[in-house]
Amino acid sequence: MNCEEASVLLHALIDGELDAGHAREVEAHIAICPDCAAQLREFLEFGKKLTPAALRFAAPASLRSRIEGKLPAPRAVVANRRSVIKGFALGATMSALAASGVLVMVMRGDDERRVLGEVVSAHLRSLQAQHLTDVQSSDQHTVKPWFNGRLDVAPPVIELTAQGFTLLGGRLDYADAKPVAAIVYRRRVHVINLFCAPAPGSAKRAARMQSLHGFNVRSWSENGLDLWAVSDINTEELAEFGEKFEAALRQ
Amino acid sequence: MAGDAAEWNDQGKAERFKALALPHLDEIYTLARYLLRGTSDADDAVQECYLRAFRHFETFRGGPIKPWLLAILRNVCHATYAGKTRLVYAADPAERDDVQVKPIWREDSDTPEQAVLRRHESETMRRLIGELPAEFREVIVLREINDLSYREIAAVIEAPIGTVMSRLARARKLLREAWLAAEGEGKSS
Repeated sequence: MNCEEASVLLHALIDGELDAGHAREVEAHIAICPDCAAQLREFLEFGKKLTPAALRFAAPASLRSRIEGKLPAPRAVVANRRSVIKGFALGATMSALAASGVLVMVMRGDDERRVLGEVVSAHLRSLQAQHLTDVQSSDQHTVKPWFNGRLDVAPPVIELTAQGFTLLGGRLDYADAKPVAAIVYRRRVHVINLFCAPAPGSAKRAARMQSLHGFNVRSWSENGLDLWAVSDINTEELAEFGEKFEAALRQ
Repeated sequence: MAGDAAEWNDQGKAERFKALALPHLDEIYTLARYLLRGTSDADDAVQECYLRAFRHFETFRGGPIKPWLLAILRNVCHATYAGKTRLVYAADPAERDDVQVKPIWREDSDTPEQAVLRRHESETMRRLIGELPAEFREVIVLREINDLSYREIAAVIEAPIGTVMSRLARARKLLREAWLAAEGEGKSS
């Protein structure tokens, strides 16, 4: 590899975009070329000055409402005669379905889908509103007591730093119109929200991985709690998170 | 009944779209601010981007939505404001109060002196990024601020990955040189 190639590829190396083979080649060149080694150091140093948070612009609130105003409003039901008639027609269909027992099953599926949508929305909100944590601490003995009196359940707060998941804190959130505990972890630059809701009498349920809007959700139930881990990290890492959490909980 | 179902689907679509696309508004707006000059153009471009994205939401094939939105925004900027994209981004002091960006988790807290210095630094960096030629500016913003992978950047700017790599290398070199020059000026004055 010559210096010309290396001067381009060292950026890909910095960004972690090279496969192992190419990374080794660049590193081998840098080991014998002081000029390219200096370049690598300079750009690593310069990269620290490019902090995304400080270079971003916040969209004006007026723009957000302008866009929302142009999109179809949610559940804007126009009460004209036609829709009333349709309503009756729909009602009749629903009763027929209910009578056949089909509806109960469909509704159950819908219910789960809706809750899934809600935890993903809560995850998105937590990133968007810059309200990730109410209590910010990497110490489980600070985060856990914070929930006392705020919820009728003591959520399991577990430090997983050694396992590669940093505890950031906790937050009170809402899903399915009920207050839930959100325990917040970080994996590299990715945030994991672990939502816990009391589910009295619910049976232990093995984990299930689902995906919605590009987010992965691992949901399971144990100790009378429903749990959802939501993140944009890949399913393998989210599964790892869930397994480590469950294992730590059992200790 | 068919019309009814379509209507309900439409509302479901709008809600899905909002839940998915609106959280990225700041990021889309940021690219618009760097690509276009002036806030009113950026506002209009971002609005057009979201309306276009909603109209074509069926064509979105899952995965992260951010690169998809950024690609639409870039097309809007090029189609509507062709010629302007090469213009220099001018920092307007009057707009600075709309900048309220905080990292998601708090970094070690600065002393007030450090905070002032840091703010000054990021204003300089914004200006210098804005002064880069458009083809280098967009790869810097997409990589360093929008945090896209090379593959995603390649899709957004419709260029091969090799082009992304060489442009990014050149962009960082230009930006670093401009930064060192600005720093030199700051010290000598």
